[in-house]
Formats: sequence, C-alpha cells, structure tokens
Amino acid sequence: MTEQNPLDDAEFCVPVASVNDIVTARMQGRVLAEQLGFSTGEATLVATAISELARNIVQYAGSGDIIVRSVTNGTKRGIVVVARDRGPGIGDLKLAVRSGYSTSGGLGLGLPGVRRIVDDFQIVSDRQAGTTVTVTKWRS
Amino acid sequence: MSVPILKQAQYLIATIQSALSDEDLLALQTALVEKVGKYRSRGVIVDVTALDVLDSFASRTLRDIAHIIRLRGAETVIVGVQPEVAFAMVQLGITLEKVSTALDLEEGLAYLDKRLQHARAEH
Amino acid sequence: MKSMLEREVALSDDVSTAELLRELVEHLRQHRTELREEWARRITEAKVLTAMTDAEIFAEATSVYDNYVAALATGTFEALQTYSRNLSERIIPRGVETHEVVGIVLLLRDVLARSLFAKYQTDFQVLNRILDAYEPAANRIANTVAVGFVQERERIIRQQQEAIRELSTPVLQVRERLLILPIIGVIDPQRARQLTEQLLHGIRANRARVVVIDITGVAAMDSHVANHLVQTVEASRLLGATVIVTGLSPEIAQTLVKIGVDLGKMNTVGDLQGGIEEAERLLGYKVVPTQEVQSQISGFREES
Repeated sequence: MTEQNPLDDAEFCVPVASVNDIVTARMQGRVLAEQLGFSTGEATLVATAISELARNIVQYAGSGDIIVRSVTNGTKRGIVVVARDRGPGIGDLKLAVRSGYSTSGGLGLGLPGVRRIVDDFQIVSDRQAGTTVTVTKWRS
Repeated sequence: MSVPILKQAQYLIATIQSALSDEDLLALQTALVEKVGKYRSRGVIVDVTALDVLDSFASRTLRDIAHIIRLRGAETVIVGVQPEVAFAMVQLGITLEKVSTALDLEEGLAYLDKRLQHARAEH
Repeated sequence: MKSMLEREVALSDDVSTAELLRELVEHLRQHRTELREEWARRITEAKVLTAMTDAEIFAEATSVYDNYVAALATGTFEALQTYSRNLSERIIPRGVETHEVVGIVLLLRDVLARSLFAKYQTDFQVLNRILDAYEPAANRIANTVAVGFVQERERIIRQQQEAIRELSTPVLQVRERLLILPIIGVIDPQRARQLTEQLLHGIRANRARVVVIDITGVAAMDSHVANHLVQTVEASRLLGATVIVTGLSPEIAQTLVKIGVDLGKMNTVGDLQGGIEEAERLLGYKVVPTQEVQSQISGFREES
C-alpha cells in the first residue's frame, strides 16, 4: 500500500582492489544511473567517471572503495560517487585538478577530466588519511 | 573473456565484447601482434561498438596496439565508437590521437582499402 | 468529576503525537472505502476534473488516497512527491489544471478531517490533539502535491521548448556522406551539448564522412563554448568524420587560440561555400565550376 520509491535511498559500495573491480563498479553505477532516469549519454559520463576514479584507487593506493548513492535536492535527482582510499595521498591538489585545454595536465590522474563532466567535485587528500573524491551529477 | 579475431583477406577484425577487463585488452594486444605476424596482415580493425565505456586505460591500450601494429607494418582502425562514449571521452580529455577511426566495420574496411591503394600507388 | 478530568488530561499528555497519528492512520485505513467514495462524490459535486470520466477519477482516487495516508503514516513526503509528479505526467496532457489538483487534495483533507471530528467528537481534548497532529501533516501533503504538479508542468514546458530549439537547428544532409551544421545565434552550454549530441547521432545515422560546422551566425563565444566546439570536432573524429569549421570570425579565432587550440590543426575555411567545396573535395566529388556546366548544357542543345 505504501508507495515509497525504492530508489530514494539507493546506495551500493564496491570494494576496489583490482582492475576487475573497476568494471564492476562502473557497471553498477551505470545501472543505478539508468534506473534513476539518466539518459544514456549521462549514464555513460557517470560510468566513465567511476571508471577513472576507481582506476586511480587501484593504481595509486592499491585498494579502496567506490560508494555510489542516489540523492535528491528536492527538485532534482542525482548521483553521488565517493571514491576513497588510504593511499599515499596527493601532494599538490591544485595541480591535480587543474584543467587546461591540453590533456597532459592533472598529474596523470584524470581528475580534471572527471571534474569537467560532473556538477560538483570535492577532493580531500593527505598522507595519513588517504584520498577521498566526492562527485555529484544531477539528472537533467 | 577473450576477444574474437577474424581474418578477412589481408585484414584482421577484432570485435570487442562489452565489459572488457584490463587483462582482456592486454591479451588482445598480444594476440593481434602474433596474428599480424603469422598472416602478414596489412590492416587491423578493432570494433568497439559494444564498449559502453572507453576510459583512459582502454584508450592508452588501443593507442599502444595501433603503435605496435604499425611497427609490424600494418595499419589499425578503431571503429564503432558510440556517440555517448565519444562524448564522454572528449569531455574527459581522452583522445585516440594518432589512431585512425571510422564509423563502423564497412567504413573501416573502405578506409583500409583506400590506404592500401595509395601505398601501392606510391610504389 | 474533577479527578476524572484530571486523569483524562494526564492520559492525553502521555499519549504522544506519534501514537495519535498512528491511531488516526488506522482509522483512515479502516474506513478507506467509504471515505474514498465520499471524496469522489465531493469531487464530482464541485465539478472539478471535468476532463476525466467518473471511472478514471475513481481509479486515480484510490491511489491518491493510499499515498495520502501513507504520507501521514510515515511522515516522509518524498514518495508522495514522486507519486504526485507521476500522476501529473498522466493528467496534464488531459487538460487538468493546477487549481483542480489543489482543489481535490484540499477536498480530501476536509473529508478526512470531518471523519476525525465525527470519531472523536465526544472527547474535545483528544480531538484537539488529533487535529494538532493531523493539520500540519495534511497541509504539508497539499503543498507537496501542488508543488509536484507545478514542477511537472514546468518540466513539460521545458521539454517542449527543447523540441522547438532542436527543430530550429537542424543538421542538414546536403549530399551523401556530408553533413552541414549551421549554428546561429547565442549558444549556451546546454544548447552546445544538445548540438553535439544531435551532430554525433546525425553522423552515425547518415554515415557522414565530412561535417561542415558553420559559425558565421555566431557573434561571440566564451571559452566554455569554444572548448565545446573543439570537443565536438574531436568527438566527430572518433566517429570517423572530418570536421571543417567555416565562418570563423577573428574574435572567435582569438578565443580559440586563448584556450590553447592550435588553429593550424583545426580544419578551417573562410565561408560556408568554400567549406562545402573543400568537403566535396575530401569526399572525392569532382567539383565543376558553374560556368563550365552552363556551356556544356548549351553545347548539347546546339548539337541536337
């Protein structure tokens, strides 16, 4: 009788420790995005962002988590992706996310690219705690 | 999951299935190099129609494949990049620089034929 | 008498608002059938939802009622908002208007309130507590449904506007394998994205090998949109199409250089006509100057 939307609190966590987990994380991300009504193009952006963030975890930290959940701000639906690890941290955050036209910027982490395709981008990183990247993409 | 590679005259056609893992990509690289040598192929088509995400790793590997194949005397063409995937790639700044691309298998074969004609004409 | 009243007051205080809400929800669920009928009757009486048949009204009334009570029960309104938008999506094309939707929700609020009056009329204290619990929730519900309806209307209007925008910027197939995309006016990031999407799908659908993007009609371009143009060129290449940009003004050329574009690498031609000719050359069409064609035609006529 109660019509609670099951996607309001949808959340999943994929532990990422190997390159195979990258595919798992991005496939689940795509499925959630499509369930939330994102267009194919937008879902591809979400999946690609997850792929890049998960890859960073594997390459630079060894292991970590990708957490994806649905959000709503009252008027629109969106997806939040949190990529966190306990790796060595990123030294120069400004350099890491700097976006120029040239694709060689960004310390090879692909973060400027990810930042371009999401609506909100936050990053916290230090030697002790590791790195956490939080990105949000709203459905149009 | 290994990628099927077909021989068509002097070309090789590798059709990538979706959900390609990193290992699969690297295995593809090895298999293509081996087969190009074995059949003395002049061209390789890598069909990525089924790929729903082309991230930086995949892009680098495809570039590496094209580079290595070129060293073996063959030309590589990537075909079947989907509009949404192309859009995501350019937004992320992922390029397939210096790698030839065509819309689909048919276009890819036409492109290789033309290139080979020119190559022959030069001789 | 006084001690009994005191006892009753003490009891009422102990009963929390949540418990009262549970009690009234139970009541509303138990009397669902009759209250729903009463409501449907009042809707017809008030002559709202004239665009819908009685059968349709009754069918929708059931789910509206259940969602209403569920919102009261859970105290959360997201599900109701989603339901409201879905409902609106269905009824807006039928011509239902905002005042009708708000009207029927308020009617339901009243029908349920009357029912509560009837049940608790013997105990004024409890009735007051019940209403204290019911009223804010009922008002929130009315608000949620109305807002959901309005949002849905706005979404539909936006959709229609986009459809109009799409129509006004067609991707033209001029020849086989050649597409022309004339861009006119002001481009905001959203329109730029839309144009790129249209173009890429057009390349695939038309199997285009060359695309001419004409920006003669674009007055100015900020760096974001300029970036977008570059991305469009790159994305087109990934689909195997070569892009020729025509109509590049000196100002826009400057913007491109500023964002780091190597204009030497971008295929640019002065004007659209030149761009089409270059495209035909790339495609292998033999371009015959118009005058030659004329003389060929007249020559033929003379011969016959």
